[in-house]
Amino acid sequence: MKPILEIQHISKQFKLGAKQQGYLALRDAIANPFKKKTLSAKTFLALNDVSFDIYPGQSIGIIGKNGAGKSTLLKILSKITPPTSGKIICRGRIASLLEVGTGFHPELSGRENIYMNGSILGMRKSEIDNHFDAIVNFSNIVNFLDTPLKRYSSGMQLRLAFAVAAHLEPEILIIDEVLAVGDAEFQKKCLGKMNEISKSGRTVIFVSHDMNAIEQLCSKAVILKQGTLAEQGETHELISHYLNENKNFHFNQLALSENVDMVEFNFQPSEIISGEDISFTICLEIKPGELPSITDFCLLIYTAKGIRITIIDLRPFIKNFVREGKRLVLKGKVENLNLVEGEYSIGLFYIINEIRKETLDITQIRVKPTESLHQNIKPYLSQYRGHLELMNNIKIN
Amino acid sequence: MIEYEIKPQNKFSLGLKELWKYRELFYFFTWRDVKVKYKQAALGILWAILQPLIMMLMFTLIFSKALNVASDGIPYPVFAISGLLIWNIFSNGLANSAGSMITNASIIKKIYFPRLIIPMSAILTALVDFVFALIIYAVILIYYHQSVSIVKLFLYLPLSILITIITTFGLGTFLSALNVKYRDFQYIIPFMIQFLLFANPVLYSSRAFTNPVINGFMKANPIASAIQLCRSIFTGVAVDWQAVMFGSIVATLLLFSGIYTFRKTEAYFADLA
Repeated sequence: MKPILEIQHISKQFKLGAKQQGYLALRDAIANPFKKKTLSAKTFLALNDVSFDIYPGQSIGIIGKNGAGKSTLLKILSKITPPTSGKIICRGRIASLLEVGTGFHPELSGRENIYMNGSILGMRKSEIDNHFDAIVNFSNIVNFLDTPLKRYSSGMQLRLAFAVAAHLEPEILIIDEVLAVGDAEFQKKCLGKMNEISKSGRTVIFVSHDMNAIEQLCSKAVILKQGTLAEQGETHELISHYLNENKNFHFNQLALSENVDMVEFNFQPSEIISGEDISFTICLEIKPGELPSITDFCLLIYTAKGIRITIIDLRPFIKNFVREGKRLVLKGKVENLNLVEGEYSIGLFYIINEIRKETLDITQIRVKPTESLHQNIKPYLSQYRGHLELMNNIKIN
Repeated sequence: MIEYEIKPQNKFSLGLKELWKYRELFYFFTWRDVKVKYKQAALGILWAILQPLIMMLMFTLIFSKALNVASDGIPYPVFAISGLLIWNIFSNGLANSAGSMITNASIIKKIYFPRLIIPMSAILTALVDFVFALIIYAVILIYYHQSVSIVKLFLYLPLSILITIITTFGLGTFLSALNVKYRDFQYIIPFMIQFLLFANPVLYSSRAFTNPVINGFMKANPIASAIQLCRSIFTGVAVDWQAVMFGSIVATLLLFSGIYTFRKTEAYFADLA
């Protein structure tokens, strides 16, 4: 079988520097018509010789940190920007969803926007006609069809936008972090729809920070690192490699306020099996001078999608121990952390000297699934199980 | 099974096949622009009729009543409206298309389709206004009991419109491409259009000059030829076919150089816009 997409030695170079960034001033072109611009400009390789193949029906996840070149690769695949060198051979129609609601106009009604957006995404008018009712049903806006979009709530706009996109029928679908928006219920709906799309045999290329989503949707994945292809293979293996690497990230120091520094923030182990214990160490350093008043201090645990699961209240332990020039070390342990498998982020909420702050993403933990108690019944996918496992003891009489 | 390649762009092609594939987008962009333009106006699409009418009355007052400008032997309002019809396609089309790539930048950065559709639809929007302006044109002809040769009307009017559209497409795509790269054109274009209004025989007769340099310019100027062609339907003044030919050649050259410039730079619009 021939690959549906052959990505061959793709590189993309950007020029750095004020003159080359963004648009140019005519003045410069007139003033220096003979000046070679490439000489003065520094260049930056956003993608460097990236090659891989994608076969029909595969769904492939693209993983990488910010600036690894994910978005640039998607832009090249969607023909928005050309590569500097290399080529891509496509054997199918590509539709890309780099954003939901491209081409929406606030003055047009919902009905008109469905047609406008659909045709920009590459649908024929007849195709939109056929899917019209399905789109309206999916988005749940029947009563507002003839209202201008500017009167819609942002949630409604989003639902409408995704509904149009979900009814695209290309051979290859490219999706960029569309899921990062919207409320939990809507995200669930989107994930379900995308699962359906990838199961229907279409090729899906998916970029997201949400490892769970990638794990559920994609069988294969590639990791981009600073513009180069670092690794490719089965999603499960790649994700654990990727996370292991990120774990080496060392917490340095975080200034919480003018005279309070956090010098240690550590969760051990960073990867647990659901139901195991996890311990944490937090170390604060109070600088000499006026004593800070720490009135609130809580750890926040939330999901990769930003939904808060729980907090760990540390007020009683912090208040009485603030002393000048002293290190304050808090050690704690959470027993039986019964979270559903997935990525969780740890953040901090505090009020110091009456200034309140929330710092998210200080560290991350990964929870792995437990062995099922019932050997012949597989557990539901994590996306259907919420975030917390309850201990249960069910008997049938 | 379709198979195609994505690679660095270097070859020049008009991409007509692709434009045809995306033909429905022309309709949707034009339809959106027309809709949005008149959506919150109480008079709505009536403005497409009122605008040329008001311009005509204004110019009649100044140029005919106050300055007594000669109008080739026909009532000045008829003279003015037949020039304004052509002029409005050109000036509105040019203004719309020149800014079109920037107003649609958010779409360009997120989705692929042949970029040429954007400035072209912007010009089609001006053509929709023109169709409505034809109503006022007919009303004025009837009001002044202007006798019209039907043959000339159905031959000269379409020809002059065609020349105008080709010229506008050429200049419009050219300026829209430049505008992405050099935003200075945002400021230059309004002045350019104002200057061109006076440089073209919209408000005065193309026979008003004796200076050979100016006459040469008028001959090579496609908009001037289109206007004199459109006017000769009523004036009985013989059509200067040599000027029409020169004008058509210049219009075609403008069209190709405009599309060439556009196609050459369009791949980088997403990086620049």
